[in-house]
Amino acid sequence: MSRTLAEKVWEAHVVRHGSGAEPDLLYIDLHLLHEVTSPQAFDGLRLANRKLRRPDLTIATEDHNVPTVDIDKPIADPVSRLQVETLRRNCAEFGVRLHPMGDLEQGIVHVVGPQLGLTQPGMTVVCGDSHTSTHGAFGALAFGIGTSEVEHVMATQTLPLRPFKTMAINVDGALQPGVTAKDIILAVIAKIGTGGGQGYVLEYRGRAIENLSMEARMTVCNMSIEAGARAGMIAPDETTFDYIKGRPHAPSGADWDAAVAYWKTLRTDDDATFDAEVHIDADELTPFVTWGTNPGQGLPLGASIPDPEQIADENERVAAEKALSYMGLEPGTPLRDIRVDTVFLGSCTNGRIEDLRAAADVLKGKHVASGVRMLVVPGSMRVRKQAEEEGLDKVFLDAGAEWRQAGCSMCLGMNPDQLAPGERSASTSNRNFEGRQGKGGRTHLVSPLVAAATAVRGTLSAPADLEN
Amino acid sequence: MEAFTTHTGVGVPLRRSNVDTDQIIPAVYLKRVTRSGFEDGLFAAWRGDEHFVLNQEPFKAGSVLVAGPDFGTGSSREHAVWALMDYGFRVVVSSRFADIFRGNSGKQGLVAAQCSQSDVELLWKLLESEPGTPVTVDLTDKTVRAKDLVAPFEIDDYTRWRLLEGLDDIALTLRHEAEISAFEGDRQTWLPTTDPLQAV
Repeated sequence: MSRTLAEKVWEAHVVRHGSGAEPDLLYIDLHLLHEVTSPQAFDGLRLANRKLRRPDLTIATEDHNVPTVDIDKPIADPVSRLQVETLRRNCAEFGVRLHPMGDLEQGIVHVVGPQLGLTQPGMTVVCGDSHTSTHGAFGALAFGIGTSEVEHVMATQTLPLRPFKTMAINVDGALQPGVTAKDIILAVIAKIGTGGGQGYVLEYRGRAIENLSMEARMTVCNMSIEAGARAGMIAPDETTFDYIKGRPHAPSGADWDAAVAYWKTLRTDDDATFDAEVHIDADELTPFVTWGTNPGQGLPLGASIPDPEQIADENERVAAEKALSYMGLEPGTPLRDIRVDTVFLGSCTNGRIEDLRAAADVLKGKHVASGVRMLVVPGSMRVRKQAEEEGLDKVFLDAGAEWRQAGCSMCLGMNPDQLAPGERSASTSNRNFEGRQGKGGRTHLVSPLVAAATAVRGTLSAPADLEN
Repeated sequence: MEAFTTHTGVGVPLRRSNVDTDQIIPAVYLKRVTRSGFEDGLFAAWRGDEHFVLNQEPFKAGSVLVAGPDFGTGSSREHAVWALMDYGFRVVVSSRFADIFRGNSGKQGLVAAQCSQSDVELLWKLLESEPGTPVTVDLTDKTVRAKDLVAPFEIDDYTRWRLLEGLDDIALTLRHEAEISAFEGDRQTWLPTTDPLQAV
């Protein structure tokens, strides 16, 4: 029977099929942990006197709470410090490998896994973090789970789940210069809405997807959850194999050949059908930015703030009115006229080396506009090291940006890197929810290229605007 | 988990769509390492506004939240469910729930009752015109009842059964331990482990 990629990976992990309303029991190949969603799960194990079943399929890092300056000092916020210390104690007690602050392999959990070669095609990957969808870029079935499920995976290395429906996101054509993976995914979310992917695994396909680098594919899959889908996938190909080969945990020798032979079977059969299909023409895409308070409220940079009164659907109209009031924006304002206070380059969406290179390329020989602060936060310490070897840190510092240590940083208001009330950002992160980057903060989601150009001009801009 | 059959409490109309988990509980409130006390973070930004529904009597004592579509989008934080339950909510009614939120609710015993949007609108009108109206949520016949209104809701059969019985997922899964072990014995040997690599 012909099957989609998602169905193949699912089927290969079924420990037992549920009967009737009972879900399937799915085996989990890799469990990623961080300090925020794990403490209550470890506590649950202790209370029930249960063991961590597979510490050898579990790895932890510190990312959400960590400061990105002065990391050699104790974390100033005692509550954050306790959470990080709790992770350290739990990992020591249960025998989990942990990369703590300051370690070369520390960083955002979704940057660390792929970089170590732990994320491979056809695997099931979970983490108590909704951006686990990132790992789907390798053709893995990867999704975020809640803390009860974290505990469940700890105790059993499985999860009871009902099969997802499948949706093909066909992105045909070729991207124009200056248009990136981030613009693809923002356009997808604007098209299908924040609930459009609910209950589905998205499979991104088509020539524009095939032509993306591995890191760009991670950017696309990362934001699947912002369209409501727990997982997004891309079929593995030579780009995938080249990226994995030689990484610390990649198979080698005869194992490599066996793995690649299997990985090559991981594609949707030609005659398989999806439960839903969406088409996007890459040729038509331009840099995309958000204007509202959910990631579906986005438009091409050349557009203007929409008028809520023109929106027919009542819920959407009310949502748009509330968003504009929160964002302090007027209908009809060209997006390019919006002035920002802060530019944030980083996160599990856009904190990889290619993202830093793209932004540095725009910033080289230029300066961040006066009154604008720019934070550059590598997704991992290894990304930071590589950027420094390439001299990118100097480009950022010469341009007047801040060069930080690795972590989730300003993607979420949980560590010292936050927006002040009313402060406006152009951010390469993934969520523009009210207060996401700090109470009262106003977020516009953008690509690294738009972030860099915006930093230079002080208003939402694309690199092409710098040439005029 | 505590079993749930039926619950009657004050209904709270929350006329908003896309209530994401950063609104339900902002990240700054996620730092606790214990399982209780998250009620202080519930809708923290909105509760600063005296007009917010939970700052009004009799809604303060609400236990059935009636919200707009796409409730619980965004982050996987189960803290969103804990915050609602620690505050005193036992049920959220919406016409559409985000998948992870719905899953987390089922694990904790918070009923995510999916009603039609037209029934949500009727509930909103009723709760706003007669604040304090008791709402009964009956998991046995899958209905939300308030005065004359009877609104059917959807919830998947397996979650419903677990909620009615108050069953712990992990204990259920561990009944199949032999099958898990058998599956593990058949896994490809080249699959990665997280064991630290030996320096070469």
